[in-house]
Amino acid sequence: MAVSDRDIEPVGALADRAVRRQVWLRRAGAAGRLVVSVFVTLLGLLALTFFIGRMLPIDPVLAVVGDQADQATYEMMYRKLGLDQPLYVQFWTYISSAARLDFGVGTFSGQEVASDIARVFPATLELATVALLVGVFLGIPMGVLAAVFRNSLIDHVTRIIGLIGYSTPIFWLGLMGLLVFYGMLGWVGGPGRVDSFYIDIVEPVTGSILIDAALADEWDIFWNAVSHIVMPGSILGFTALAYIARMTRSFMLEQLNQEYVITARVKGLSNRQVIWRHAFRNVAVPLITVIALSYGFLLEGAVLTETVFAWPGFGQYLTNALLQGDMNAVLGCTLVVGVIFIALNLLSDLLYRLLDPRTK
Amino acid sequence: MTTGTGIKAKRGGGLRAWLMAEVAETVMQARLQRAYLGWLRFVENPLAVIGLTIILALILIAVFAPLIAPTSPSAQNLDIRLLPPSAEHWFGTDELGRDTFSRVVHGSRITLYIVLLVALIAAPVGLVVGTISGYFGGWIDTILMRLTDIFLSFPSLILALAFVAALGPGIENAIIAISLTAWPPIARLARAETLTVRSSDYISAIEIQGASAWRVIFRHVAPMCVSSVVVRITLNMAGIILTAAGLGFLGLGAQPPSPEWGAMLSTGRLYMFEQWWLTTMPGLAILIVSLAFNLFGDGLRDVLDPREQ
Repeated sequence: MAVSDRDIEPVGALADRAVRRQVWLRRAGAAGRLVVSVFVTLLGLLALTFFIGRMLPIDPVLAVVGDQADQATYEMMYRKLGLDQPLYVQFWTYISSAARLDFGVGTFSGQEVASDIARVFPATLELATVALLVGVFLGIPMGVLAAVFRNSLIDHVTRIIGLIGYSTPIFWLGLMGLLVFYGMLGWVGGPGRVDSFYIDIVEPVTGSILIDAALADEWDIFWNAVSHIVMPGSILGFTALAYIARMTRSFMLEQLNQEYVITARVKGLSNRQVIWRHAFRNVAVPLITVIALSYGFLLEGAVLTETVFAWPGFGQYLTNALLQGDMNAVLGCTLVVGVIFIALNLLSDLLYRLLDPRTK
Repeated sequence: MTTGTGIKAKRGGGLRAWLMAEVAETVMQARLQRAYLGWLRFVENPLAVIGLTIILALILIAVFAPLIAPTSPSAQNLDIRLLPPSAEHWFGTDELGRDTFSRVVHGSRITLYIVLLVALIAAPVGLVVGTISGYFGGWIDTILMRLTDIFLSFPSLILALAFVAALGPGIENAIIAISLTAWPPIARLARAETLTVRSSDYISAIEIQGASAWRVIFRHVAPMCVSSVVVRITLNMAGIILTAAGLGFLGLGAQPPSPEWGAMLSTGRLYMFEQWWLTTMPGLAILIVSLAFNLFGDGLRDVLDPREQ
């Protein structure tokens, strides 16, 4: 089909404005779709935890009143829990209390699940952040080097680390780490966040014991906390490292085969400039998604790691709740993890749009 | 490959020539030729062959466990508690004087049982959801994919934990919980595959001949998705093994005295600093098996699904 001159004739400012309006509409549409999709996913998340709570073989009334209660007490609690209402009313009650961060009272701690989670979460956040730093600062350079020196020693090492990272049970790695570096060599602190005689000395300000100890000028505690976080942090970080290095490598390989890299080389730029200024810049944006996702997966790894290292965080809280059959706490935790996952996905999506000019 | 050796006996030395013939004479020959070429590509990858070898060894060990293991996995003998590895007890003995080697060997049955059942539940469910979603499109697609997204918005271990908490601990419930978390990625994959074949001419031809939607989906679309689903489930098997072991370790999967590797680690942990073999051996078993599935899955992907490379 031939394009006549009239088809591409510029109509000046009018066309310009129309185009801009179209772009704006498209962006607004995309944002609207994003909001709707996040909303629907959140609703689905709630429906799923609601459903899990309902298929429980335990009678929720008996769990509250105990099996010694008489018929009248039982029926009162039955109504108080809203179990006589139709299912959609119960679901609505569930959503509205979840929106107020009211997950009920945990049966084994005897406190609000939401405040329990708020109390234990900083410990997990601290652990996951250390792990992420390990993963990012070792994983990205490893991935880049593996891609640049393909099939060299560093490439093979990266591949092996990746394979082992994907295949090792993290709790076992933690146990082995404790056995070797704590039990045999005594290089690191043992389980827990600090030695027992340092517990509860520093005033919690940020919730991170490293930062709190440094703020309070308690350097003994700080170094003690460092010796305790090194092992769980690197074990957890190892899985993040495996994932980040593998993704960096494959993104880099893709970029290094592009023509602009050849152009840059032909122009006589140094190897370092070609790799870091040209190729890596294009890799950085998709890597943000990878890093955001691995932060989420670290939460999952934290459940097992914290159990091994007696780390008083979210994972240990969840595990205890599971073993005690405390459904309010379990479902509250599940919901929190789900929301964090959705938020991280949303965040990486938005950052991607913001940073990658091609998506505009 | 087993079929290949069977024919070898019948046809003698001409098998290779028959398999490499330019023109296949029968459908059977064409299929075997394809399988043979795939096999040739597969064996080019030594790591994949190692993976396959380990998996085959695992299957043999599981089948012949009572013959390989010197004692029963539950035979207690309190006179020989917590002995270190020796010629008599290769992996040492545990707190009840049970032979750790025998328990690890019998544990292979449980691991295979879990992996097999999860694959048999998750793969068909994912395939059906994905193909239906991709073929019909429209609101069916939207609903099914939203559902898939919700399941994908949880890390699989956390979701499995929530399900197990509701269903109660135990190996069957662990299998159900893991299956519930394993189908969504497969559904996504099957949907993507369906979208690529849906608009091809051969599908239109079948539709014009009056085939029902179900016939098109199950006889003509689903078979096209099978190879990538197989690759994906093989690669996922490593993750399934790790999740199952994690559940066992937390005391929510297989229960003691079952010789499930994760559950063994959980009890071995109590004796960790003095009796290192109780945690080391079952953990190594998990590592080796899940590594094998990863290696095998990578090799299989190169053969069956060259596009993903």
